[in-house]
Amino acid sequence: MPFLQNLSNALVLACTYILMAMGLSMVYGVLKILHVAHAAVYTIGAFVGLLAYGWFGNFWIALLVAMAASGLMGVLIYRGVYFYMLDAPRTVPLIASIGLFVMFTDLLQKDFLMGPYQQALPVGGAGMPRIRTEYFSMTPKQILIVLVTVVLLALVYLILSRTRIGLGWKAAAMDREMASAVGVNLNLVVALNFFLGSALAGAAGVLVGVYNNSVFATMGDLPSYKAFIIIVLGGMGSLPGVIVASLILAIAENFLVASVGYVLPRDAIAFLILILMLMFKPHGLLGQE
Amino acid sequence: MSEYLISVAVFVGIWVSLALSLNILTGYAGQVSLGHAAFFGIGAYVSAVLAVRYGQSFWVDFTGAILITGLAGTILGLPSLRVRHDFLVLATMGINFVVVALFKYVDFFGGAMGLVNIPAPTLFGQPFRGGLPYLLLTVAYVFFAWLVSWYISKTWVGLAFQTIRLDEDAAAAVGVSSPRFKIYAFGISAALAGGAGSLYGHFIGSVFPDTFVFVESIAILSMVVFGGVGTLRGPIVGAIILKAAPEMLRFVQDYRFTIYGALLVLMMLFQPMGLIGDDSWLWRNLTRPFRRQTKTSPESQEASQ
Repeated sequence: MPFLQNLSNALVLACTYILMAMGLSMVYGVLKILHVAHAAVYTIGAFVGLLAYGWFGNFWIALLVAMAASGLMGVLIYRGVYFYMLDAPRTVPLIASIGLFVMFTDLLQKDFLMGPYQQALPVGGAGMPRIRTEYFSMTPKQILIVLVTVVLLALVYLILSRTRIGLGWKAAAMDREMASAVGVNLNLVVALNFFLGSALAGAAGVLVGVYNNSVFATMGDLPSYKAFIIIVLGGMGSLPGVIVASLILAIAENFLVASVGYVLPRDAIAFLILILMLMFKPHGLLGQE
Repeated sequence: MSEYLISVAVFVGIWVSLALSLNILTGYAGQVSLGHAAFFGIGAYVSAVLAVRYGQSFWVDFTGAILITGLAGTILGLPSLRVRHDFLVLATMGINFVVVALFKYVDFFGGAMGLVNIPAPTLFGQPFRGGLPYLLLTVAYVFFAWLVSWYISKTWVGLAFQTIRLDEDAAAAVGVSSPRFKIYAFGISAALAGGAGSLYGHFIGSVFPDTFVFVESIAILSMVVFGGVGTLRGPIVGAIILKAAPEMLRFVQDYRFTIYGALLVLMMLFQPMGLIGDDSWLWRNLTRPFRRQTKTSPESQEASQ
């Protein structure tokens, strides 16, 4: 396959990774909790997107509803569970998070929610054009993913750099107690952090559901494991690191798998990278320390 | 005892020994692992390969599984020397995925179809698969796992594990080499899980990669945490309850992982030390009649020393 075509496919894949991993990295940055249940938020986002698309028949409304719902889900998880564990040993929130993940994934597979089967999400391209050049082509769905990701990332950047909330996040990420001592409303800041991170994951869920035209209860498993690889690769809690690592992973998957993919499936290769990365460069490519 | 009850009891026994083995790593040495099913699987596959591909007898498979899985645990424990806490959890999770992928995609291990026709174990020329003899074998193995755990908790090895669990820097300061004891913990824990894997494979008569996936690691961790991490009794009680309940109650079977997950969250919220861990509500009340009434609190004891 031509080089540019591979690159544009990798870019689309990277966009979904970025949206997924961004929230994970935001949570880790502020609370130092490995938020395993983020995968469930992603799936819930896709599921709500599916329902909302059924009701309204409009992709953009469905996307916003899904983002709001998964954002609220994230805030609920924080206020209902993590909030009580901020001073506990680190294994406590970790195990609770694993519990939440297992619980939601299992519940979503029940008939009264999503059921065990795949469901179609036939949005198509939501009115996006198709790009076709000599060197590469992009389908409307791919353009949609890139567009939504760029807009959301710009939004995150603006919030982080231009608002007091963003300042509060940075302060809380450096030192929670100190931030609260100088007047940062920690509860609000962390809840908003969860809301935005979870909304991004919800958007990723909807976009991947649209791209594959399929939504199912365990769709969050693999992307969430990939998201862990990305936040390790990029350095835990580093947001630029997420973007760089997502691009690296997506490009590596698109280019390398073609040549060495026979020995191991591509997901196992990703985990092998994770283990080697942890052993030799545990703070990631752009991480501090 | 009916055949069905016996097979439930054998499964419970295998998972009790798995929970005990993870407890050595996570409870005593403080290394949270989300990849314990990988060691369970390595044991099952080593024993199945020895039996099916090389025609070895059960006792050779069983011993081989324990030794080779112990070795694998020692090697796969190496990341723990570099990374701690959350990073180690991710590393063990990754190990679980890679190991299962190897089982699935390497033809020597039978691929997705697994390895079948594992012969029944024999004793004095008599083959036995189900039934009381196998249950006795399992109980003996559980006792062995308990004995190893008990020995560790009562000796200096246990103290060393406790030191690296509580504070690695302080451990180094008092001369406890944390790399050495972390590797010990991984090795011992993996070896015990490997034996359980061999018992499992020979009981079912076949092994499939999907048995040893990441979710099973979570299940084993749930048992340890639910019962009471770091105690001798906790993992046993946790494994018995969480393994037997889905077999006995239809509702629990349908909602198995919902219940596991909810239990983990509730335990962490209200009783992070587990159902009958030290200082948990239930254990305090259970042991109240047996405790000698003392007026002195721990603080005043420390002060008087």
